[in-house]
Amino acid sequence: MSNVFIAFQANEEARPVVDAIIADNPEAQVVHSPGLIKIDAPGRLTIRRDTIEGLTGRPYDLQAIHVNLVTLSGHIDEDDDQLTLSWKH
Amino acid sequence: MNIDLQAREITPLRNTFAHVATYIGGDKTASRYQEATLGAQPRVNFHYRPTWDPAHELFDASRSAIRLADWYALRDPRQFYYATWTMTRARQQDAMESNFAFVDSKRMGVLMSDALREQVLQVLLPLRHAAWGANMNNTAICAYGYGTAFTAPAMFHAMDNLGVAQYLTRLGLVIGAPEALETAKQAWLDAPEWQPLRRLVEDSFVVQDPFELFVAQNLALDGQLYPLIYGSFVDDHVALQGGTAVAMLTAFMPEWHDESARWIDAVIKVAAAESEDNRRLLSQWARAWGERAYAALAPVARVALGEHAQAALDEARQAMEARAAKAGLDLDNV
Repeated sequence: MSNVFIAFQANEEARPVVDAIIADNPEAQVVHSPGLIKIDAPGRLTIRRDTIEGLTGRPYDLQAIHVNLVTLSGHIDEDDDQLTLSWKH
Repeated sequence: MNIDLQAREITPLRNTFAHVATYIGGDKTASRYQEATLGAQPRVNFHYRPTWDPAHELFDASRSAIRLADWYALRDPRQFYYATWTMTRARQQDAMESNFAFVDSKRMGVLMSDALREQVLQVLLPLRHAAWGANMNNTAICAYGYGTAFTAPAMFHAMDNLGVAQYLTRLGLVIGAPEALETAKQAWLDAPEWQPLRRLVEDSFVVQDPFELFVAQNLALDGQLYPLIYGSFVDDHVALQGGTAVAMLTAFMPEWHDESARWIDAVIKVAAAESEDNRRLLSQWARAWGERAYAALAPVARVALGEHAQAALDEARQAMEARAAKAGLDLDNV
């Protein structure tokens, strides 16, 4: 199965998003490189708003990930509550 | 000549400060909230006791009867430190500004009936003085309380209360004349229906124990005032009679009350869970101040809601008591 991935700038705002991804996607691999955090996952990767809000204690607009989003691969399925990357079409 | 540019990863030797690491259990990456809060309370080397209170150190946990082994246990679930708090409020301020602009541009303030406008001014405007009292009290909690985790959000809360007072002032200026503010101040000072609440607010100014003040102001009084005024009065009563403008201009208050209630409940829950003594004290305070607030709000509720006042008051009281019970207090057996 091919990997999907998503990468964020390594900063304070992206941290809860990355932590939420790690919590929701046990198979995800995190790669730190200078200024960048890339997360690879086999086949599928989900970002959940609930999990991020649980970590920060505040409401989170999932569109705010775009402020720190660097790149991604995979087909996107998104709504207000989650963003999923996969190769399903 | 070739210049070979390479990216080099420099990993930090430590992930956070040593004093933060001791709280979060090892050298893990700490959030800004943790770094801005944990270990920030001045503890030692005060040298002199304050001349205005020689019985205590400058920062002294014994100003409160509540005993906690670790005052940093009173974490804010919203994880507010200065940056997150200001960014959150700035967003809400933007929304409120556009509400004010909308109401202004559609002349919605003028579209209300005179009787309704008069009643709104009569009920809401004197509350700016109550909100100012809440500002004073939360500032006092910050000044005399102990532990940055507890006192820093109290200061944010104080400034939020000032914001509430300012929104009420602006509301008065939008739907009424500038004289409305003076009229409301006179009502706060002289009108019989406001005197019990004013007495309660002024009595709370001299409460010495910062934790008692926290329970009195934030749970007992505001825990009933906000559901009563911004729930029953503005949303259920005024809005249905063509006063949608008022609901728009006070949109911040119920939203903020729900948000800050999470902090207040979390603080009380942790303090009550620490010991039976704490739980008993907090329950006594919540009950005594809750009853006073209930009585003080009764004449205001009658002005606001007429025959529906009693039901709305009881509903507000139940909402407050439900929060207290959920936080582990026992209001019935104290």
